[in-house]
Amino acid sequence: MRETSTMQQSALSGITRRRFVVTVAAGSAAAAALAMLPIDPVAAQEGPKTLDEAIKAAIGDRQPADGAGVISLDVPQIAENGNTVPLSVAVDSPMTAEDYVRTVHLFADGNPRPGVIAFNFTPRSGRAEAATRMRLARTQNVVALAELSDGRVLMTQAEVKVTIGGCGG
Amino acid sequence: MFTRRDFLTVAAATAILTGTRDGLGRRAAAQSLGQDELLAFEPLGQVTLLHLTDIHAQLMPIYFREPSVNLGVGESAGLPPHVTGTDFLKRYDIAGESAAAYALTDQDFVALARQYGRVGGIDRLATLVKAIRAERPGNTLLLDGGDTWQGSYTSLATQGGDMVKAMNALGVDAMTAHWEFTYGEDRVRELIEEVAFPFLAGNVVDTTWEEAVFDSTAFFERGGVRIAVIGQAFPYTPIANPRYKVPNWSFGIREEEVAASVEAARAAGAELVVLLSHNGFDVDRKMAGRVPGIDVLLTGHTHDALPRVETVGRTLLVASGSHGKFLSRLDLDVRDGRVADYRYRLIPVLSDAIAPDPEMAALVEEIRAPHADTLSRVLGTTDSLLYRRGNFNGTFDDLICQAMLAERDAEIALSPGFRWGATLLPGQQISLEDVYNMTAITYPETYRTEMTGEFLKTVLEDVADNLFNPDPYYQQGGDMVRVGGLAYRIDVRRPIGERISDMTLLADGSPIDPGRSYVVAGWASVNEGTEGPPIWQVVSDYIARQGTVAVPPNQSIEVVV
Repeated sequence: MRETSTMQQSALSGITRRRFVVTVAAGSAAAAALAMLPIDPVAAQEGPKTLDEAIKAAIGDRQPADGAGVISLDVPQIAENGNTVPLSVAVDSPMTAEDYVRTVHLFADGNPRPGVIAFNFTPRSGRAEAATRMRLARTQNVVALAELSDGRVLMTQAEVKVTIGGCGG
Repeated sequence: MFTRRDFLTVAAATAILTGTRDGLGRRAAAQSLGQDELLAFEPLGQVTLLHLTDIHAQLMPIYFREPSVNLGVGESAGLPPHVTGTDFLKRYDIAGESAAAYALTDQDFVALARQYGRVGGIDRLATLVKAIRAERPGNTLLLDGGDTWQGSYTSLATQGGDMVKAMNALGVDAMTAHWEFTYGEDRVRELIEEVAFPFLAGNVVDTTWEEAVFDSTAFFERGGVRIAVIGQAFPYTPIANPRYKVPNWSFGIREEEVAASVEAARAAGAELVVLLSHNGFDVDRKMAGRVPGIDVLLTGHTHDALPRVETVGRTLLVASGSHGKFLSRLDLDVRDGRVADYRYRLIPVLSDAIAPDPEMAALVEEIRAPHADTLSRVLGTTDSLLYRRGNFNGTFDDLICQAMLAERDAEIALSPGFRWGATLLPGQQISLEDVYNMTAITYPETYRTEMTGEFLKTVLEDVADNLFNPDPYYQQGGDMVRVGGLAYRIDVRRPIGERISDMTLLADGSPIDPGRSYVVAGWASVNEGTEGPPIWQVVSDYIARQGTVAVPPNQSIEVVV
């Protein structure tokens, strides 16, 4: 049995739970380790309107380094349903008191409000992994930022297509 | 020297001169190319894999013309399967006018079709499978890549039941799926109960808990080798086909799950790992380079027929065509958990050269008998070649679009870029069965609606990106949406939003106005609640009214590569 950690919204990052535009994925193995806070549907109306503003609100003026190979961001290449797109993220980290992932921020650059969610971790989380579902308004990039305990920030992204469909095969 | 090739040429010429369309030429071809020659194969190693895929419910022999246009983009540009016509003949060192040229390309199609006759037929496949099993008892594994239960009148009438009977009788050892899912979750579950072998789809999970819906892997022992077969269903089923048919199932490429299945299979002692895939060839080629440990990747979905194995690292990729036109045989020498040697043959199922298996022929007769009147109802005659396959409008699609424009009184028609559907030769009668062979789906309503010029462009751009996205993992494996009443130019190497230009309304030659509404007819909408007469009705009425149809190759689409 994996140790259960409690997710809280990041005070450091300035992202509040009011940014949630997601439904809770109670199902996935990773999310089962999380106790999520409830969602305020009105909250999706708030927050920065561009990716740059949202990133700045999350990490200030720090410049993210390339996180490919460290952050694994699992999203579908093409969404089956743009209203509920599964997303899981894992960051390769020893998760010790000296070296751990503090927060993973997720953004969708084509949504009216790019902020999606921020997951906070402590060394006692054991692993920096989380999963949820998000709504995507159209084809766009999903961006993940990992804030490490030494203050460094890593970034990676993946494109998710939201398509009209039909015609296959 | 009077070679066989010369002889066939002479025979064809004679047939044309004497007007014996199905006479001398065809007899000559059948005599010179017999069943034994099609089966000739020097066995190798312990395992014989037989692969067929994308039969699209074709129980009977048909004609099937391979594409003249099959463009590759990005890393796939110019690579098989994106090679056609004379380039194909040259690449694979195939003589023009040969049986191989007939089977694998569009070259001289009508003349060679008259000479070599129809292809496929489940009773012919049964003959080949039985012969190979008799030669290699205990070594042979027969795998079906899916798109088996859909594509004909009888499959629609029995909701896939006819094909389950046929494939059980053929002795398939495992299958995966795509169009099978368009019968809906309940019917799929029902049919799986009747299937006498594993139905494998490791990349399908339920939407609530993301738990596996089907088995991913089945184990077999052949020739003393422990074999794992992993099934990969078409990843974009709920996008390319109606989501409402499978509301509780989620698909996707799920590369990590494939990798995990391969590792689990090895851990369970598999010496040979086979991925039975419905990804589409380019997706499979990418996957073979990213997921380690797949020995053999049996590709499907994109209907490609390649006479040689493609390799990516140590992975062998096999492409076995469609419509029962080919049976792949891959013999493998497996040593120390890897393929030490292999021998491959893509066997063309030339119906006239193969004796039907009596038991399977009887089953086919039993399946078709209750529907005989419907199947044989003649609607008209075609004066020109009617086909579908190819990246852009085929002539049968143009006929369907003409029918929609006329019968539904529309300015523009849209028809899906499916890759299935049998070909008709000039002079052939068009039966109701032939129309169903092009249209037999579970969401056939022919809608009539208004779309703005801007939205029409969005549709074309969207479908073009599903076909020509340089990253194979974003490709859905269909061909370009077919259009009637509309001309356009497409630059396949541009990004989405920039490929389509010069859209023109053919009725008056005016440029498509982004702000104007156009009356559009179409079919196969993936949206629930679409209303209209079934497409086979629209097309049958139109052909019956015309009596004789003639559809020249489409000149309205300018392709820039």
